[in-house]
Amino acid sequence: MAFALTPERERQVDDILTRYPEQRAALLPVLWLCQKQHGWISPEVVDYVSARLDLSTAIVRGVVTFYTMFFDEPVGDNVVWVCRTLSCDLRGGKAIQDHLESKLGCAAGRTSADGKFTLLKAECLAACGQAPMVQINDHYYENLDIARLDEIIDAHSTEGGEAAASKFATFATFGSPRGTPKSVPPPPSAEAVRVASTPPPGPDASGDDS
Amino acid sequence: MTETQKPLLTTRYGLEQSWTLPVAEKAGAYVVAKRALTTIEPAALKEEVKKANIRGRGGAGFPAGVKWGFLNPGPGESVYLVINADESEPGTFKDRSIMDLDPHRLIEGAIISCFAIGSHVGYIYVRGELAFSIQRLEAAIAEAREAGYLGDRPFGVDHKIELYVHSGAGAYICGEETALLNSLEGRRGEPRLKPPFPAVKGVFGMPTIVNNVETIAAVPDIIEMGGEAWSSLGRLPGDGGVRLYGISGHVKNPGLFEAPVGITMRELIYDYAGGMLGDRALTGVVPGGSSTPVLDPRRTVDAPNADHPLHAWHGMSEIDVPMGVDTYRALGTMLGTCCAIVMDDTVNMVEACRNLMRFYKHESCGQCTPCREGTGWLVDVLDNLCAGRGSMKDVDLLVEISNNMMGNTICAFADGTAMPMLGMVQKYREEFVAAAQSGLPKDVRHDDSVRDLVGKVA
Repeated sequence: MAFALTPERERQVDDILTRYPEQRAALLPVLWLCQKQHGWISPEVVDYVSARLDLSTAIVRGVVTFYTMFFDEPVGDNVVWVCRTLSCDLRGGKAIQDHLESKLGCAAGRTSADGKFTLLKAECLAACGQAPMVQINDHYYENLDIARLDEIIDAHSTEGGEAAASKFATFATFGSPRGTPKSVPPPPSAEAVRVASTPPPGPDASGDDS
Repeated sequence: MTETQKPLLTTRYGLEQSWTLPVAEKAGAYVVAKRALTTIEPAALKEEVKKANIRGRGGAGFPAGVKWGFLNPGPGESVYLVINADESEPGTFKDRSIMDLDPHRLIEGAIISCFAIGSHVGYIYVRGELAFSIQRLEAAIAEAREAGYLGDRPFGVDHKIELYVHSGAGAYICGEETALLNSLEGRRGEPRLKPPFPAVKGVFGMPTIVNNVETIAAVPDIIEMGGEAWSSLGRLPGDGGVRLYGISGHVKNPGLFEAPVGITMRELIYDYAGGMLGDRALTGVVPGGSSTPVLDPRRTVDAPNADHPLHAWHGMSEIDVPMGVDTYRALGTMLGTCCAIVMDDTVNMVEACRNLMRFYKHESCGQCTPCREGTGWLVDVLDNLCAGRGSMKDVDLLVEISNNMMGNTICAFADGTAMPMLGMVQKYREEFVAAAQSGLPKDVRHDDSVRDLVGKVA
């Protein structure tokens, strides 16, 4: 069956097209809109996008397959990305993956039998100071331990992604979420100062939790 | 040493609802942008940024003011500002905080920068995973447009400025500026040959300035304080100001801190981040994102000559050298994004290295053969070493492959893979030799490929 965007999203495409001097630049944003609506980039979506932006299907497919976040096969209701790059692995990323594999009953790269979760390994998701972490759909869940991870997954399972996100999702924090000393760090060691010809300022008191 | 520097970049981070316009404005947002657009000439703004000696915060450390100076648009050419928010370098998590906690600082910086370089359109290219940051940023842009700070006449000045957020879709290589431009144009994120450089022929074939989020976010402070005053906040010559330092891995308080340019790694680990987790010993630290060669605290600076840039630190540990673009280059590593990954003595460096090389194998765009094949080969050889199937020749093979990758590709990705690989073998050769002789100890063989090879070793 042919794919079509909703009228509201069609209006968004028109708006997106005004942002760029070349129509092709709208390709990624339009693919995002389609995936939001359809869940994945099916061959019908590719046909639609290539017609809408006047590009060959080969060009659209070439772009879809280049980027890891465009799915070219159907995924579960929730997509769980486990960060397995070094900072997360140093703080238990592998244990997080192992636990998810046994809890969801599927290996990384697969979808759970009930279709609720697709589990994927991710490369660095830029939340290293809050490791280990997972991304579920559009949201980050950081400073995880197994108990908290269970709560988060259960909430997705029973209440759905948006409700779970409003309870558990995290955004960037400043200082250290694990509790930064409130005092100003001690002055720099003598050797650190040697380089500056002018009197260097002391380190700032940047350790406030937010 | 008693004087305490006020936070600049992060001054609004702790405020309730800091990402909304009323809160940000009450705390001083857009005052500088208004003054800049209504009372300062673009050329004077550029001059202040040049005097500020701000080294690009995205990793390469190129002076932003000099980059702006490369612009020389011909008749009929439009200039574009592209802000690189494709933060994906392993270990790096600083730009996200600006977008989440103070998006108006970035927008204010973008307005001033657009005005200074004569651009009417700015694109902020954010990695697709940061959907939440994109929401925050788009909401903030809508607020700023509503208030008349963006649009046809920002602050009543006849210089149209529009800002658009463009979402990536999961590709590390799109942080490379020319790959980013291709991605922005709706293509596969494959880097372009340089020259022409973006300042001459960038997005849509037009002169383009590509700057990191943190660089642009510093522009309001630079204009407010004056370039020279801002520059002097840093402790190193030619490398000015304050910056965000991230730290992750085996420290007590991983997180993000603002400090002057030129603190040492020792200060970052032991003063800011509270020291090593469990007070264990420090084995190595990747100083500024995974492409920067590792520092080994046991090694000392060897600079007996008085004219060596690191002579002042001769005989001291590598982690006592101030963190600056030039000092770290002299040390044989790079400052990169200034976000460190700390590893204690429980870490097997061969395994850590394999983790990072797997990242590069996954993220190589595949355009150039030395990189596409080289990254795969490095992982294969490391897999063999870790599984106990390696030999002494494999250690040298890692070096040979890396040397054949360096300098033989379109972009710096291959160098960014080979350099940390070489650094690891050079500094932790004994661990690679031990792995070649007997594989890894059982308790560190935790990776999937090893797990498959040896059966279910948990």
